[in-house]
Order: sequence, then structure tokens, then C-alpha cells
Amino acid sequence: MSERPTRLTTFERVDISQLDLSRLQFATTTIYHFLFVPVTIGLSFLVATLHTWWHRSGADDVRRLTRFFGTLLVINIAIGVVTGIVQEFEFGMNWSQYSRFVGDVFGAPLAMEGLAAFFLESTFLGLWLFGWDVLPRRIHLACIWALAIGTALSAAFIMAANSWMQHPVGYELDPTTGRPVLTSIWALFTNPVFVWGYAHVLLASLLTGGMLMLAVSAWHLRRGSSPAAFLRTAKLSLVVLLPTSVLVLMVGSHLGVVETTYQPMKVAAMEAQWDTCSPCSFSAAQTGGWTSSDQEANKIIEIPHLLSILATGSFDGEVTGLNELQAQYEKEYGPGDYIPNLPIQYWSMRVMAYLASVVPLLVLWGLWLWRRGRLERSRAFLTVATWSVLAPFVMNTAGWLLTENGRQPWIVQGLLLTEDGNSPSVSAGEVATTLVMFWVIYLVLGWVWVFLMRRYARRGLDEVGDGPGIGGPTSPSDAEPAVLTY
Amino acid sequence: MSLAELWFVVVAVFWVGFFVLEGFDFGVGALHSFLARDEGERRQAIEAIGPVWDGNEVWLIVGGAAIFAAFPDWYATWFSAGYLALMLVIVALIVRGVSFEWRTKLESGRWRRTFSAMLTIGSALVPLLLGVALGDLLAGLPVDSSGEFTGDFVDLLTPYGVLVGVTLLVLCLVHGATFLALKTRGGLQQRAHAFARRSVWPAVVLTVVFAVWTVTISAAGPWRIAAAAVPALAAVAAAVLLRGERDGRSFAATAVTVGGVVAALFANVYPAVLVSSTSSANDLTVSGAASGHYALTVMTVVAAVMFPVVLLYQGWTYWVFRHRVAAPAEVRAATSGRAPAADQL
Repeated sequence: MSERPTRLTTFERVDISQLDLSRLQFATTTIYHFLFVPVTIGLSFLVATLHTWWHRSGADDVRRLTRFFGTLLVINIAIGVVTGIVQEFEFGMNWSQYSRFVGDVFGAPLAMEGLAAFFLESTFLGLWLFGWDVLPRRIHLACIWALAIGTALSAAFIMAANSWMQHPVGYELDPTTGRPVLTSIWALFTNPVFVWGYAHVLLASLLTGGMLMLAVSAWHLRRGSSPAAFLRTAKLSLVVLLPTSVLVLMVGSHLGVVETTYQPMKVAAMEAQWDTCSPCSFSAAQTGGWTSSDQEANKIIEIPHLLSILATGSFDGEVTGLNELQAQYEKEYGPGDYIPNLPIQYWSMRVMAYLASVVPLLVLWGLWLWRRGRLERSRAFLTVATWSVLAPFVMNTAGWLLTENGRQPWIVQGLLLTEDGNSPSVSAGEVATTLVMFWVIYLVLGWVWVFLMRRYARRGLDEVGDGPGIGGPTSPSDAEPAVLTY
Repeated sequence: MSLAELWFVVVAVFWVGFFVLEGFDFGVGALHSFLARDEGERRQAIEAIGPVWDGNEVWLIVGGAAIFAAFPDWYATWFSAGYLALMLVIVALIVRGVSFEWRTKLESGRWRRTFSAMLTIGSALVPLLLGVALGDLLAGLPVDSSGEFTGDFVDLLTPYGVLVGVTLLVLCLVHGATFLALKTRGGLQQRAHAFARRSVWPAVVLTVVFAVWTVTISAAGPWRIAAAAVPALAAVAAAVLLRGERDGRSFAATAVTVGGVVAALFANVYPAVLVSSTSSANDLTVSGAASGHYALTVMTVVAAVMFPVVLLYQGWTYWVFRHRVAAPAEVRAATSGRAPAADQL
């Protein structure tokens, strides 16, 4: 595990190691994958709700809404699934030392994810898509719920694996190999970082799905296309968003307190807090203060006690500073730099938290208009609601950066450094090649995804077809609806 | 049987299942443009695998994850050794996966031709490349005493590995054509059947060469020879059956051939999981690469509960979509009640 990364020599002044490239590639592929995952989870539950609503009411426009949002779900699942396969392969390909080290513990939830969740999701997606008018109605309805449960289960297993990297539990070190060996699978799923992190991710996913549904409905309401139907989904999304937008803040806030216990460095870095403090204030923004040689930050608007509340849950709670933690870690793990990248940590937290605080206000605005019967007529609200679809994507990415960047320099907190986890047999040139390849492919895929999502989100409700399969375009040269999806 | 040996069998089952199931949808994907005469028939071909291909692909994901969980050293060495080749597999799986869902989303000939081409190339590349990677397990890769791969891309192209890759690709094509013959009707069905009947002969030759070569380089022994003989005999059976019209039996024979090739490979590489061409002392073995007893026990319990459930509902999917798929015009007639309902298998 002591192999040093090989250096790229082709570029004269740029000195990028294989390790840096591997990290950049993993960051690229995970962040990209996680743009689609919350949409899939959130939207699958909402489409299942619509399908249930139609099953109960028999209203034709609810059936059309189910298929309308189902099509958006399918476009999104396609890209989510294929970018997810990349993740599973990359552990072994780019992080072979990591995989060898953690396989005994980390592999189990991954294998369970495949067995318990992926099979469920993909099989019932096929059944739901092709099951219209083929399956008995009640069973067809069960299929979309099986799909939704599959997406939530899949998130549970991967979050359990990820939480173990943040806070390793349920293992002991093998005396001969020095590797962690699983001793309690139960501990992985009762890990407080998992319990709160998973709740946070599920709520964030529902929020994402809800905001997407609200944005699409608002766009149609603004144009007066099928207003009665899209008013239904606008209201449904507001009903879902009211509790989720508040709960996601509360759970996220408690997750911060949990992390202060198990990953104090992550929390200290989030505030760029060099010295231990009690009580601790929270700065709305700051310039400077990002390096150990420049610890004096110019803080803009300080809110007293807020950091203490966020990090410890108490008004005067003590937050251990970066300097003290660095000294502790050096004593425990030997010399090294144990402080994560501060600007990323500081700003990703703020971007996530600031946006998340605005969302409930938007929801309240919508509910207030609904109460006054003006939801479908307020152009200001409908315009803001449409554009706010961008917010969950920014928040999700920021949250992901916050938790993963905050773990650095560890790949498994306290057990293995990221720099000891890469693949020694893979050259920097190879990683550079595949990194460029991913950028190109992902840009093209992203472009097509945006193009298709926009096109199908703006489609009129009367263009939604019938028969088995959904989402196939109704051919203009063909009076009857297209029966085939593919 | 130790837990490690059990999990070696489980991993083999997943890879065999993957090639048997996704094998035919690789074949259909690779052939759909060549066997279909028009857009209606292309859709008919894709519709035949539409409800099931995604579930089939999960067998690969679980096959990979099972190696990660049960044999971390095998996973780490194999996946990092095949770095560039596996990247190509990923790219192929990506373009193929999105092509299924996105192909019909626009009413444009160019859009569809593009995604059809990507579906064709992606579907052909995956069995070829994964075949080479599987063949390398037995042919041997330069691996040092710490389990790290020391070669480069060219070292992955072992002659035996290339043979396995080509064999699996050709078998997937035959398997896919046989599936189309079984699951469609009309002109497409006839052309698919004719293609399968002709292309099964090169498949027989390749499978026999594979069987002989495999027992030559492995430690042989009656069980290993028997395992290698199964796909060869099944290939001959497929060739004979394809001369008739019994699509179901032909399909069963091509399924046994494809699955048999993968099973023979695993049977012959055992007790190693990855042979080192540097020194046999560096071979990764079932007992040496395995996870701890507790982790394997947990996964055994989970697999024992979940796997039968998965088989049940995946099997049910095939039952639900058991009817032959017609070209669009015919389907329209059928749904409006003017034609008899689609016949069963």
C-alpha cells in the first residue's frame, strides 16, 4: 500500500498524479450519477402516487398525468442506471488497493443492493412499462410501487456502504492482513451516520421529485395547457413538498450534529474554524482564512451561537478547531495533513443550506396562493416555481461534495488514506484517457437528457399515448396511437 | 464444501445466468438492424427484449458485486488489470442502455439510425470484451506476488482470451437470432430463423475449439473435460434442431451452449480464480482470495432468501410477456379486436 503514484510527464508545467486523476474521475462520475438518482427516487414515488390516484378515482386526466410523468421517469432512469454501472466497476478499476482493503465489509451491502434492489427496480420497470392493458390493473399498480421501493432500497444499501467509509463500525482488523473484517452486519445498518444520512437522502430525493413536478406543472399552468390537470399535480407536489422541505432541513441539521461526534474535522472544516470555540458563531460568508499559514478570515455577517447550535445541538456547544484536531490526528496517525479542502467544504455547506432555507418559503407562497384560489393565475409564482427546478440539483451536488470532501484525506475515516487506495497497475495516461472519455460521453448524454426532458416535459397532455408501453411518440403520419415504446 | 467454494459457485451461476439471459438480448441488439427490413420490424425486434433486457443486465452487476464481496482480491486484480478493456465495456453498456429508452423518443430517421447504430455496436462489444476478460482468468495474466497486475493492454489479448471473446460473441448472435425466431412472427421471424440456421455452424466450430483448448491448458480431469464437452454437444444439438422448426428447443440448446461455455471456464479455472502467468505461486485462489467467514455467512443467508424471490418474479416477467411479438401494424389490428390474440409459445 506504499506504492507512490506515477507522474504524468507529458505536460511540462502540469504535474498531475495518477491519484489526482483517479479522484477527479471518481468525483466526475459520482456527482454526475447523483444528478439523476434523486430524480429517479423522488419521481418514482410521485408517479406511483399518481397511478394509485388514478386507480382509485378512474379519472382520465390522472391516467394521462401518470403516463406523462412516467415518461420523464423513464428518460431519467435510463441515464441513472447506465451511470450507476460505472460506479460499481470503478471501485475495482481505479481503487484496487481500496477494494482489497475494504471488500470484506464494503462488498456485502453492495452485493445485497444488487440482489435486493436492482433486480426489483429493473424487473418491475419493464413490467410497469409494458404492462399497460396487459396486466390486471391492481397488479400493474403494484409494479410501480415495487419499482419505487426498489429505488429506495438501493439507496439504503449504498448509503450503508458509504456511511461505513465515514464512520467505520461492525468490524475488527485482521491481525495478519491488517484489513477490516466484518463482525456485525447489523452495526452497518444501525450506524448513526447511515440512519440520519439515509433519511436525509430520501427526503432530498422526494424534494427533488416534488420540485420537478411543481416546475413542470407551473410551466403548463403559465401557458394554460390542460390547466385543470396540471393544477392537480401542482397541488400534489406542494402537499409533498411542505413536510419534506422542512424535514430535510431538520434531519440534515441533526446529521451535522452526528458528524460532529464521528467526523469533527468535517464540521470544523465546514466553518473553516481554526481555533476551538464555545460558543461559536456562524459566518454568512468569508474571504481568506483558508490555509494554516493564513488563518485570519474576514468574516462577513457573523451570527452568534449558530455554529454551536448546528454542530452540537446546544446553544453554547464547543466546536473543536482545525488546529487542535490536526494535532490530535498527527499524534494518533503520524505526520500528515489531515485538513480537507476548506473553500469547498465551507461553500458547499452554505450553498446547500441557503437554498434549502428558501425552498419552504416558496412552498408556503404556493400554499397561500392555493388557499386564495389563485395558484394557477399567479404568473410570478409560476415563473419562479419553474426556474427553481435547478435548485435541488445544485443542493444535491453541494451536499454530496460536503460529505465526501469532508472525509478527505481519508478514503475510510481513520483506517485508510485516499492516497493509499488507488490502483498501482493503472497508469496516469490511462486514467487521463478515460477521464476525457467520460467528460465527452457525459456531456453528450447530459445534452440529450436535457433535450429529451424539456421536450417531454413541455408536451401537451393530449399527446400522451395509450396502450402498452409509454413515451413512444405518437406518429403524426399515424392516426392511431403508437403502441410500442421502443 | 466450504463457504468460499459455495460463493465461487454462486459467482459462476451469476455469470452463466448473465450470458444466458443478456446473451440473447446482446444478439438481438447487434442484429436488429440487419434482420429487420423497416422501422416496424426494428421495433418488433427491440420490443421482443424490451420488457426484460434491463433485468437481464442486473445479473452482470450482481456477478461483479458478488466477486467484490466474496473475493475482494480477485475483484481488485481483475478489474484494475482490465482497466481500458472494462472502460470500453462500460461505454458499450452506456450507449446500449440509453439507446433502448431514447431511440424512439424523436420522430426522426437520423436520430433513430444513430441510436440503432449505437445499439448494434454496444451489443456486440460487450460479449466480445467480457469474453476476453473471462478467458484471461484461465489463460493467465502477469500478476506479481502482491496480486497486482504488471502488464499492459496488449497482455490482456491472450490468444485463448480472444478465442473465448469471439466464441461468446458468435454464440450471442446465434442465441439472439434463435430468440427472435421464437418470439416474433412474420418476415422477421423467418429471417431470424434462417440467420440462426446458417450462423450456428461457425458457432459449433468455435465451441469445439474452445472445449479442446480449455482442457488442454487446464489441469484436465474427468469433471473438467465433461464440463467443457457440454457446450460443444449443446452446440451440435442446436445446429441439428435449427434445421427443423422447433424454435423452443433450439433456443434451449443455444442457451445451454452459451451458459455451458461460461460454466466450463469457471469449472476449469478452479481452484484458482485468476491464473498468474508470472508464477503459479501468484495464482489467486478460491480459498486465498475469499472474504472472512462472517461476511460470507451473512451473504449466504441474504442470497438464500433473496435469490429464489428474484428468480420467481423474473420468471414471472417472462411468463407475462410470453406471447410472440408482432410488427406494429399487426399489433394494432390485434388490440382493436380484428385479429386473434397473439399465440403462445
